[in-house]
Amino acid sequence: MFERRLYFHLDWLLLVAILTLCGIGVLTIYSATYDPTKHAAASLFRTQLYAIGIGLGALLFCLALDYRHLASSSLIFYAGTLVLLIYVLVSGAVRGGAGRWIPLGLVNLQPSEFAKLAVALVLALLFGEGHRGARSTGDLLLGGAFVAVPFVLIAREPDLGTALTLLPIYLGIAYVAGLRMRLLAVVLGLAIVAAPFAWTYALKEYQRSRLQTFVNPEQDPRGAGYQQIQARITVGSGGLRGKGFLQGTQGQYKFLPVAHNDFIFSVLAEERGFIGVLVTLGLYLFVILRSLEAARLSKDRLGAYLVAGVISGFTFQVIYNITMSAGLAPVKGLTLPLMSYGGSSMIATLAGFGLILNVRMRRFTN
Amino acid sequence: MPVTSNLVDRRDLALRLWLMQAITVVVFSSLAISFWYFQIVQHARFQEMAENNHQRTLALRAPRGVLFDRYGKVLVENRYAFNISLVREQTKDIPRTVQFLAGISGADEETLREIVDRHRDEPAYRPIVLIEDATLAQVAAVRAHKLELPEIDIEEVPTRHYPSESFAAHLFGYVGEVTDAQLARADYRGIHPGTIVGQSGIEHVYNKRLMGRDGARQVVVNSTGREIVTIGEIQPTEGHRLQLTLDSDLQRAAEEGFKATGFAGAAVILDPRNGEVLTFLSLPAYDPNAFTGGIDRVTWGQLNTDKLRPLQNRAIQGRYSPGSTFKVVVATAALQEGVITPSFRVHCSGGAFFYGRYFQCHLKRGHGSLDLRHAIEQSCNVYFYTVGNMVGIDRLHRWATALGLGVKSGIDLPNEVEGLMPSSAWKKAKKGEKWYAGETISVSIGQGQVSVTPIQLAMTIATVANGGTRFTPHLLKAYDDGGGWKPVPAPPPQSIFRFKAGALEALRDGLWLVVNGFGTGGRGRIEGRDVCAKTGTAQVISLQGGKEAAGRTDKDLRDHGWFVFFAPRDNPQIAGVVFAEHAEHGYLAAPIAKHVMMTYFAKKEGKPLPEFPTPPRPAQVVAAAGAVQ
Repeated sequence: MFERRLYFHLDWLLLVAILTLCGIGVLTIYSATYDPTKHAAASLFRTQLYAIGIGLGALLFCLALDYRHLASSSLIFYAGTLVLLIYVLVSGAVRGGAGRWIPLGLVNLQPSEFAKLAVALVLALLFGEGHRGARSTGDLLLGGAFVAVPFVLIAREPDLGTALTLLPIYLGIAYVAGLRMRLLAVVLGLAIVAAPFAWTYALKEYQRSRLQTFVNPEQDPRGAGYQQIQARITVGSGGLRGKGFLQGTQGQYKFLPVAHNDFIFSVLAEERGFIGVLVTLGLYLFVILRSLEAARLSKDRLGAYLVAGVISGFTFQVIYNITMSAGLAPVKGLTLPLMSYGGSSMIATLAGFGLILNVRMRRFTN
Repeated sequence: MPVTSNLVDRRDLALRLWLMQAITVVVFSSLAISFWYFQIVQHARFQEMAENNHQRTLALRAPRGVLFDRYGKVLVENRYAFNISLVREQTKDIPRTVQFLAGISGADEETLREIVDRHRDEPAYRPIVLIEDATLAQVAAVRAHKLELPEIDIEEVPTRHYPSESFAAHLFGYVGEVTDAQLARADYRGIHPGTIVGQSGIEHVYNKRLMGRDGARQVVVNSTGREIVTIGEIQPTEGHRLQLTLDSDLQRAAEEGFKATGFAGAAVILDPRNGEVLTFLSLPAYDPNAFTGGIDRVTWGQLNTDKLRPLQNRAIQGRYSPGSTFKVVVATAALQEGVITPSFRVHCSGGAFFYGRYFQCHLKRGHGSLDLRHAIEQSCNVYFYTVGNMVGIDRLHRWATALGLGVKSGIDLPNEVEGLMPSSAWKKAKKGEKWYAGETISVSIGQGQVSVTPIQLAMTIATVANGGTRFTPHLLKAYDDGGGWKPVPAPPPQSIFRFKAGALEALRDGLWLVVNGFGTGGRGRIEGRDVCAKTGTAQVISLQGGKEAAGRTDKDLRDHGWFVFFAPRDNPQIAGVVFAEHAEHGYLAAPIAKHVMMTYFAKKEGKPLPEFPTPPRPAQVVAAAGAVQ
């Protein structure tokens, strides 16, 4: 199952880059949750370490089995994920308030994170299996349906941010699978035309105000614009070299909310400065380019589409989160994959990279 | 699956993947540029914003310098009070905070809102004191709601405390928040709005010395305003401690005397050898403690509308006609100008004609023939009409000035008034008319245009006592800026003259006879102390006019009494004035002066301090009149 020569084809560089980002993440979580009055950090960084451990297990699992086998059973995984999403919705409604997690004693399972993987697998299977060339409109619609079901379920949680990350997965795979540029242009055109209607009918009041505030944060510096302003202050005050490890003030004194989660990159920018930002951005860029390289090297379409799907969702989330960290995008509950605190996200992301490594590793096998 | 098409597919796939890579690189580059812009280009701005976020500089109020009397007794000190203040930066909804605070503290919401409004132009991180000197109940209420009110701070600040309440209130003055008008002035530069400064009395005059330097504590706070850690602290420096020339025992004696006799009025008693003020009071007084926590509107209104005008410092701001005490000035002028010698005699038949008008003596049957000594003793009007007429208004003016009338004494207290000593030049300037010699006659017995403040008369009698030196009355004896006590040199005298041979002796003899002979000052006599004095009556009706008299009670219309004195005759150590409002007769003020002098001598000789004797009859009259009101 895990032949010796596969070991030589494993992309060690990519793995090292991923683990380095995880390490930077843990350190930053430690600092962001550090309580200067008690001279101790919260135990979150330890939980994160456990999540990385489990995530590496998941990565190995996704690496060990041939991705073609995994893809062929992806429908079962997809169906299982849907069940969990429905369960979360129902139990959330019962308990009242937002339902995003399934409490499992020590950890909370967040099915939406695994839904991303399931969607990538199913779409890769749909577009990659036995076909060639550009996809028919029928394929696109079917793929759209596969995305739409979990999208609606997640958006209803409500977690519009995570739901939106399903779209780049779809678009990434469709694009790599030869989606006609003209069609893409039409879709984009329609989106622009639809935007004003969406503004009026689809968005809730708080969502509208969030977008308005994004355009002009100063109009409400204490309310919705607060996080955005604080994010910029956090990043800007870091300077070239940063304030130093544990020396950040914005996160530790809680001016920046959920610093260990959504705003982890802001904390990194504050403490490590522009140099740290460049290093981390470089690592992410390397991971993305290297993964796309794996897609290019893939022996078959399935592998290429699988990589494209996983890495598209990843890339979208990374770019959006980092843009938001600098106060340049509306605040959405989107985490930074590999760095933000969160067990499900970490495990699902590492499992995703297991798939990517899998595709590259098995580029010579039949 | 045809190979060619597969190759085309592959090329297309590679192209699309390459395009994705290119787009990613472009996006990441623009991200890097954005971070460069925030972190490098705009760094300074955001750095400052971050510091404003979590660093807070709290002022540590410096205690004002303690005031001591000449023997080191504490007169004014500081106590620690709780201030409840608002940090606007921490609140999203100021009206709600104010309303909530008013609700739990019982403070007037309207007042709190006004305070917030007044400080609205200040930086939002600077605390605004909403409740100064809060009660323990208010502090407890706010502490109990600390979680709901993170924007409300409680700080412990040194606050002025006047242990003896209204004791020497006009001398000490009071403190209060610096006013907008003061802030606009150059000498208040560097003082923040909200700072407590001296607003009256010694507190005002020596404010710079007393204020000290506020310290500062720089703290790190979190987003809820909780202090995490102190990163720097500059201790406040206490203001200079001041030793006053005041003798609190004499001050107390004077206040006891006034209290026992029931008079309002003023007293200034000093050392005639150097101008050091030993006693300084004005009654009725106020309690300066009421001002330290920001005086409330009701109390302030009462103080301002009170008919007895407790805020007026009568000793330096009250203008009264000097009455017979002015005869000392006339005698001095006549002797010094060589118009008369002490043996100059005048016959008094109960009145005399001057310029076609009959002027009465107070003794209808007349004093007969008197020399200067006895004219002073008997306070004979006719004698001084005659002599004053011989001297003339301008020479009277010159000597009145030399004795401190019509000019400020120069005491180190604010808002002293000049009073008025008329002259022909004054009348020319004021009314464009020449001075009529007939007008001099009234002036000669201290009536007519002359008006004086109590401290001016104190200077007159002190100048006579020391033989011609008009010292500058002063209150500051020494100061301690933290490096030990340093004496403050006495201010230079205002003017000096020498009495002609025999003149001073004659004056002193006359004044001695007032007390120890058959004069009006018998109630001031102390065995073996050779008290010299002169009484006077300041007419209220002639001063204020009949029109104003309408609507006033009988009590308001009764004359004021003066008693100017020094002792002992040949080596004066204590001199001064007691002014008793509506006492009718100067001699009724004498027991107060006597009590102060007896205290002075007893203290000097280490004997137990005397108690004020049972109040004489007029006190009951005053009390009864007060009850009618």
